[in-house]
Amino acid sequence: MSGTFIGMPAFPQAARASVHDATLRGNLRHATHTIRGKREQAVAEVADWAELREAGKRIKDHVLRHLDRYLVQLEESVTAAGGVVHWAADAEEANRIVARLVKETGEREVVKVKSMATQEIGLNEALQAEGIRAYETDLAELIVQLGRDRPSHILVPAIHRNRGEIRDIFTREMGEWGRPAPEGLTDSPAELAEAARLHLREKFLRAKVGISGANFMVAETGTLVVVESEGNGRMCLTLPETLISVVGIEKTVPSWRDLEVFLQTLPRSSTAERMNPYTSMWTGTRDEDGPRAFHLVLLDNGRTDTLADEVGRQALRCIRCSACLNVCPVYERAGGHAYGSVYPGPIGAILSPQLRGTRSEIDASLPYASSLCGACYEVCPVAIDIPEVLVHLRERVVEGGPVIREGNKVVLRPAKGHAAERAAMRAARWALTRPGALRTAQRLASRTRRLRPRTLPGPGRAWSGTRDLPPVPPEPFRDWWQRTRGGKDEAK
Amino acid sequence: MRVALFLTCVNDTLCPDTGRAVVKLLTRLGVDVDFPMDQTCCGQAHYNTGYRHEAEPLAEHFAKVFGEYEAIVTPSGSCGAMVRELYPRMGERARAEGRGDSLAVTLAPVVPRTYELTEFLVDVLGVTDVGAYYPHKVTYHPTCHGLRSLGLGDRPRRLLQAVAGLELVELPGAEECCGFGGTFAVKNSDVSAAMGADKVRSAESTGAQVLCAADNSCLMHIGGTMSRVGTGMRAVHLAEILASTREEPAA
Amino acid sequence: MSSRERILGRVRRALADVPGDDTPYEQAVPRGYLREHGERSTEETVELLAENLADYRALVHRTDAGGLAGTVAALLHRRGATSVVVPPGLDESWLAETDVRRVVDRAEQTPGELDRVDSVVTACAVAVAETGTIVLDGSPDQGRRRITLIPDHHICVVRVPGQVVSSVPQALERLDPVRPLTWISGPSATSDIELDRVEGVHGPRTLEVVLVTGLPSGTDGS
Repeated sequence: MSGTFIGMPAFPQAARASVHDATLRGNLRHATHTIRGKREQAVAEVADWAELREAGKRIKDHVLRHLDRYLVQLEESVTAAGGVVHWAADAEEANRIVARLVKETGEREVVKVKSMATQEIGLNEALQAEGIRAYETDLAELIVQLGRDRPSHILVPAIHRNRGEIRDIFTREMGEWGRPAPEGLTDSPAELAEAARLHLREKFLRAKVGISGANFMVAETGTLVVVESEGNGRMCLTLPETLISVVGIEKTVPSWRDLEVFLQTLPRSSTAERMNPYTSMWTGTRDEDGPRAFHLVLLDNGRTDTLADEVGRQALRCIRCSACLNVCPVYERAGGHAYGSVYPGPIGAILSPQLRGTRSEIDASLPYASSLCGACYEVCPVAIDIPEVLVHLRERVVEGGPVIREGNKVVLRPAKGHAAERAAMRAARWALTRPGALRTAQRLASRTRRLRPRTLPGPGRAWSGTRDLPPVPPEPFRDWWQRTRGGKDEAK
Repeated sequence: MRVALFLTCVNDTLCPDTGRAVVKLLTRLGVDVDFPMDQTCCGQAHYNTGYRHEAEPLAEHFAKVFGEYEAIVTPSGSCGAMVRELYPRMGERARAEGRGDSLAVTLAPVVPRTYELTEFLVDVLGVTDVGAYYPHKVTYHPTCHGLRSLGLGDRPRRLLQAVAGLELVELPGAEECCGFGGTFAVKNSDVSAAMGADKVRSAESTGAQVLCAADNSCLMHIGGTMSRVGTGMRAVHLAEILASTREEPAA
Repeated sequence: MSSRERILGRVRRALADVPGDDTPYEQAVPRGYLREHGERSTEETVELLAENLADYRALVHRTDAGGLAGTVAALLHRRGATSVVVPPGLDESWLAETDVRRVVDRAEQTPGELDRVDSVVTACAVAVAETGTIVLDGSPDQGRRRITLIPDHHICVVRVPGQVVSSVPQALERLDPVRPLTWISGPSATSDIELDRVEGVHGPRTLEVVLVTGLPSGTDGS
């Protein structure tokens, strides 16, 4: 089973190891730079990108504003079409529902479509504890599962692995899970894809239960949509007799028509394609075509808490395209694992501390895992202002204050680790609202400038370990201005 | 027009040459520029580190000091973005916290009158050829807040292209962050340093002698990395290039 | 309290601070985006479909009503197919010139049986030029979803120009959400190895699209 994220160190410590891992850096740089240029091209092809982006944002905002109404409508539509709707307030409840549904079929194994929601709740581990084996069928998820690894990217969970590493994992592990890798497997991507095809086919053909997430749920019609590339999604959605979809409540869109926006923006943002190879849409069950039983598990697990935050709630617009990961310079160097969550990168840095709260060391450090360069906001197809939310969450960490956790109002205390910083910020504010104090400090710095060391002690080493300090000038600008009357008396 | 120089606390303390260059440049272009002595800090570091409430008095102080001027010019993309993009947001947040309109009303006047230097030159003064002379090979790094928050676009490049003697070379991956990011540089120093090292490598690959940008915070990070790894390059503020003339060339 | 009530209650409380908003859905979303990208003649739209299909590695063939049976036969022959699965409502004349063994799509078929079939021939519901997409909706001439998934070779017949639309918005207008829909853009592919696209994973690795003129374009397949 794949590893978990429990007990992760804070982001800076986790990132330190990745920064110095040359293979990882190379893999990530290659992959993210490849997709970056392609995305730009795919987006440039459509003249109305800005309008599509705005429409996507407004559709999601409208749904969130009336989420109760749309969830009830969705439930009615899905039920009318022959599906069964379940509600799960948290991960534990969702896992319990899914395990029960699988057991009721009498089956002991399930095939899975790649799904962020089921990763988030740790479904595979929960099923395993109930004696049910879950097979991941997306190529990258398979690589992660066989490698007993953790996902490091939303779209391409094995992005941290290069083709050679993937070949080694397949050769070593496939036999343990089913059909072994072909003899003499090379690291050519086509051969690796073929090996996955052969390995998984026997599982698809005998599977009786499929588990999926969904990219969109249409309240008006009860239609669910899964966007994918490989065909593993189609296998899991159509061959089994029972289909169980676990979907976050924020995936709802009001109407059929709304898909015209997201089916244009999602593929171009994620895989940089005009359209992804396969998109499946289904509404309840269909006589003699596909699963006879369809269960929809609507998942909260922190989403309503996020909805309660007026700045942070925009994170719920996310359509999981991963464009923000692919342009993020921090993600590129720190790698996905450093984010300690199934949601890495910029979107993870604002989602995880909201879905899970800011109590743990890793979650309290995530809002700082950004230089606030804004590249993520620029590419986001639903215009989530990630830097704005990051700064807002920093405020929550250092100032504390009221937040909603599991539906209840709690008052957070300021985070302990920030006491010295808080004092420094207060002192700076005091000095900086008093021009005289600033001037005194500047003069002191100038007078003692020859004593300035090349490197700094204590926390200052974080700067001077890799960068020289700027020289302190003989006088601050304001003294020059006053001395020369703005340069008019400049002594040559 | 009453024009104030908002130099920023970092430039005032550590980069007075940039301030002198702005004064020299604007004076040469016929602008009578003032330096309000009570100016301190826009509050950006506080705000971006999560201390919005500590930033509020600094923003109010800024509004008080600069409220009388028709144009406020700053040679810093990030401090310019703080005023233009984040002061309105601070006002909105205060309102949302039930503290009324007073912060929003106090800050509103300075927001539209604040210009980053290249905006002031190109949009307000309408010049791209400022009569500068700088006989060096230069590459330009667009800093993130100038690029994405203020939308400076090609203004800095147009100004540089008009400088006599200057050879402008494209920086590969120019729009990627240098890794400074304010307190990010120390809170996540490993990632920050790695980003800085990559930026310096890109700059070196151009064969330029000078990397220029319109924000000294980023330049301190890039320049500090350059001098630590021992490249022959220098990091120079755009204003110092534009202020340089045949008669008084910059060093 | 049920989890349903708990979640709906949390949603309502979470939104308690938000000012009332009675904007009807129809007005809440600006729809200033384009219905299609660029102006094209009917012929140019079909041409764009062919280009975009080919760009994502579908093999595109063109013929007219009289040549269709010959084209289908030739494609099956070239593939070396010995069996082909056929949806129950497919126009029989399309397969009139091939003697490849036909397997009719039936409810009782197991996935294992389909796995032993070489090819599948279907019609489609609509094709989208801008994205190079064909959409199947489970009509009698397209069959159950699994028949176009398990065999490794899919021949899809698109009646042009009648079944071709320019854009995604236009395609959605023509489709019925109650039907199970499969949007197909090229053969199956993956970007999971180094974010580079490789064709051919679980779905049919060869997708051949026959653009046929001179056939009525009824999408109900009956």
